[in-house]
Amino acid sequence: MKLPEDHDAHEGRSDATPGGISGARRPGEAIFAVLLLGASLFLLWSAYGISGFTALSGAGAVPMATTAIMVITSAIVLIKTLRLPRALGQRIARDILPPVVIVLVLMLVGYGILLKPLGFLPTSALFLVAAIKILGQRSWAFTIAVSFFSLVLIWVVFRIVFTVLMPPGIFPEAEIVQFLRDLFSGRGA
Amino acid sequence: MEMVWAFLTVFTQPQLLLLVGIGTFAGVYIGAIPGLSVTMAVSILVSFTFSWDVYPAISLMVGIFMGGVYGGSRTAILLNIPGAPSAIATALDGYPMAQRGEAGQAIGMTTVMSFFGGFVGIAVLAAAAPFVSDFALKFQPRDYMLLAVLGILLVGSLSTGSLAKGIFAGALGLAIGAVGRDPLTFTQRFTFDITLLQGGISFIAVMIGMFGVSEALLQLHHLKAKPIRQKVGRIIPSWGVIRRYLPLSLQTSTIGVVIGALPGTGGDIAALMAYDHAKRITKNPERPFGEGAIEGLVAPETANNAAVGGAFIPMMTLGIPGDAVTAIMIGALFIHGLNPGPMLMVDRPEMFWFIVGALVMANCFMLLFGLTGIRLFTKIVETPRSVLIPLILLLSIVGAYGVNNSITDVYWMLGFGILGYFMRLYGYPLGPVILGVILSRLLDENWRRAIISEREDLGRFFEGIVTSPLSLCLFLAVIFIFVSQTPVGGWLKRRLDRTPDKETRP
Repeated sequence: MKLPEDHDAHEGRSDATPGGISGARRPGEAIFAVLLLGASLFLLWSAYGISGFTALSGAGAVPMATTAIMVITSAIVLIKTLRLPRALGQRIARDILPPVVIVLVLMLVGYGILLKPLGFLPTSALFLVAAIKILGQRSWAFTIAVSFFSLVLIWVVFRIVFTVLMPPGIFPEAEIVQFLRDLFSGRGA
Repeated sequence: MEMVWAFLTVFTQPQLLLLVGIGTFAGVYIGAIPGLSVTMAVSILVSFTFSWDVYPAISLMVGIFMGGVYGGSRTAILLNIPGAPSAIATALDGYPMAQRGEAGQAIGMTTVMSFFGGFVGIAVLAAAAPFVSDFALKFQPRDYMLLAVLGILLVGSLSTGSLAKGIFAGALGLAIGAVGRDPLTFTQRFTFDITLLQGGISFIAVMIGMFGVSEALLQLHHLKAKPIRQKVGRIIPSWGVIRRYLPLSLQTSTIGVVIGALPGTGGDIAALMAYDHAKRITKNPERPFGEGAIEGLVAPETANNAAVGGAFIPMMTLGIPGDAVTAIMIGALFIHGLNPGPMLMVDRPEMFWFIVGALVMANCFMLLFGLTGIRLFTKIVETPRSVLIPLILLLSIVGAYGVNNSITDVYWMLGFGILGYFMRLYGYPLGPVILGVILSRLLDENWRRAIISEREDLGRFFEGIVTSPLSLCLFLAVIFIFVSQTPVGGWLKRRLDRTPDKETRP
């Protein structure tokens, strides 16, 4: 089946078109394949440790079979990948791992670290302002206005409609919700 | 009679009706905005609707599913960027039409055809599922095991990528699903003596990571993509035009339902196969395919919406997901204490008829929202990615955290997001991973039941497969897919027709 060569055809938008470049090896592809093979071997060893070859119905039987399949298929993938010629005109810093991706991943890690002590609203505000500023390079006024507006929207929808509880942290969230409730019940009465 | 009432639940309860409407509306836009996919939206929603009742939660998800599969077509037509994976084939002829100034006609046609395809899918679901589920009661554990293997293999083999990568992805999913304490013997599996791993990895974290975070990270490559404006004229197509394409749309809807109903394969694959089919059977298109042929719009759009109904068939009757979205829905039903499979149709038939009703409603809403609101639409789609991506990431975090209130899940999500990012870049499909995670337990338990009932004797196990027609069919299907996609198959084929291998594309 032939597919359109659109601008993001290499990026795996769906199961029908999993991305990659057919007939060429992208930068880092071989390393990724080696890592997957290594991980598969480690998991196979670990699966063997569950119940060994004691019984076909043992707790480790299916894990051993699946990890064995992982080892075989990742080995095949690695061999095939190594045989391919390098993809032309592809650079790791541009086509595979642009600095902005690394920055955002680090920011997400930071988010995870700050979420508990600082609370949902302050952490999210920091994250949104920083991310929108870095990605959009627009004025501070725009960045802060958009972040604030979307954060309030998200908070209202998820805290009140979906009742998802996020860590409150340093922000007096519960008091505000209570205040809003009082306000509305006061009006209704 | 009860069945009719269950079917009408959605129509008689304004709250549910509203939720289906909101869901469909949101789905159309989520599908339309490149970078937001239905799979992503539904996987984040599973965790948000976690505290809800099952009916409202399902109403919302059904709406988003139906709307999202359709919504992708709009950006495909207007911007040549498929908003959702299932609209990849739509862009092939839709964008050329828009370039000729026929964007309105193209949008109208896809809407009506999606509606038509959607109904064919739902009708087949309503008619076939009760029979399939009756039949499924006779399934042996080994049949379930074979079906699960078949589903994972099918996704890998029907895509354009490499089968080895597809199988690897499926096996990886199965291994992820096995982490934690084994439910039968309580043995620890892949826990490495880490307490956090004993409860297993939250499948919601895996899903949001794979479909939300990795997609958002990939979108960072396209920060500078500029929105293109198109003029949109008359939308509602005339009856004459619709009638001309009815025969084709029936055929492609059928393809859609069948592909959708196969375990593992969904709308994106159905749309591409339908496009191929239309290309083969249309002898004299008004315009060549790829330059704005209406057939090239009708085929994928009917097929991908028909696949929605189709995908629910194995999900409701066997507990085996029809595609990635239904895989996530199975997870949602589990969370709400339901167990999809043949017994669901026996114990809770009202649940099935309720879903059919919700699908019908979602399909009608889709027609309504599809033919209106173009102006609002062009505004929303122009949301800059620099705002959209941080928001997706924030929603992903809230979604991953919200289910268990655990930071660990956020890190799992991030880890799988990064893994998914590289998998996408290097051509590993992600669908099989999710399928594997969802099917892991089913496959494991049924294998063990099957082999225990054969007293641990592989010989007797295979004897059982060969003597049961159903098991034999499934087994042969697995073998066939495997052989036809591997060098063994290629070698056999070359032996048979002695033609040179055509696969040496540059």
